[in-house]
Amino acid sequence: MTSRSDFIGGLRLGVGPGAATLVLGISFGAAAVTAGWGQLLPVVSSMITFSGSAQFTLATTLPAGSAIAAVAGAVLINVRYLVMGIAINDSLRGSRLRRAGQAQALVDASFVAAHEGDGRFDLMRMVGMTVVQWTCWVTGTAVGVWLRPDPATLEQWGADVVFPAFFLLLALDEIRSARAAVAVVAGGVLSGLLMLVVDPGFALLAATAGALIAALPVGRADDNDPAVASAA
Amino acid sequence: MRAWIAVLVVTAATALMKASGPLVLGNRELPSGARRVIGLVAPALLAGLIVVELSADGWNQLNWTQVAGVAAAGAGRLLRAPMLLAVVIGAAVAACLRLV
Repeated sequence: MTSRSDFIGGLRLGVGPGAATLVLGISFGAAAVTAGWGQLLPVVSSMITFSGSAQFTLATTLPAGSAIAAVAGAVLINVRYLVMGIAINDSLRGSRLRRAGQAQALVDASFVAAHEGDGRFDLMRMVGMTVVQWTCWVTGTAVGVWLRPDPATLEQWGADVVFPAFFLLLALDEIRSARAAVAVVAGGVLSGLLMLVVDPGFALLAATAGALIAALPVGRADDNDPAVASAA
Repeated sequence: MRAWIAVLVVTAATALMKASGPLVLGNRELPSGARRVIGLVAPALLAGLIVVELSADGWNQLNWTQVAGVAAAGAGRLLRAPMLLAVVIGAAVAACLRLV
């Protein structure tokens, strides 16, 4: 596969998550206008921040209280990018600055779809997917700002199902070994328990610890596990 | 003005976190043991994203129609429906349940 074909493959893979991002972007645009952000800031925020969870957090908490608390909440929800940024480092190319630029293509769905196993990621596939999602996110936000649909109407039509459903489908595709299945269960249980006591950002960070649990040695079973064999 | 500054701060912090690998590690490669763990981060993170999306406000507002819709999408995928169609099935199931 060439970089060009990987990129085009990423564009194709980005259509599904892009559609979900478009719907979510419409919701965000409408919510941000309702929160008093005006018409320009929601679109600019989607262009430069490009993080649905952080932007929703900021839009919903900023009008109600302290700006520091709102910013802290929005930053904490993205703290998983620390782990993901380190995870993709071996797959980036060029100087440190160039790699830092490439890492900006990191978003959840692209990170997962670019994963080739063995801790390696296809950079161009990730970039291709992210280009589609960014375009849909910004377009959706602009449409939401313009049309301001009622969030209740969007939910009535099942819009709130779109993102978790996509994550579930990606998870099903990721379960390629017993260890990956353990990682899914451990990540789900850890985040589910922590959602009882902490913010979603910490619960998501804790979910990544499911990878540590799944990687624990279990003796002879490792000999038959392709995930371990390929990493050895 | 307050919202603009908040957006800029969150944008800068997010960009720095995404760049954590290159900034912290540079060109150094991770040892194979670390790569083995990293290979499992994606499925673990996905499970977390699903749970956080569904659990809403600390499980206080669990929406069973949303859960049913997500499960229907998963079932559709297991029955070999294309990804986009499976999601449409999930949204349609949730929408129908909400009409009942």
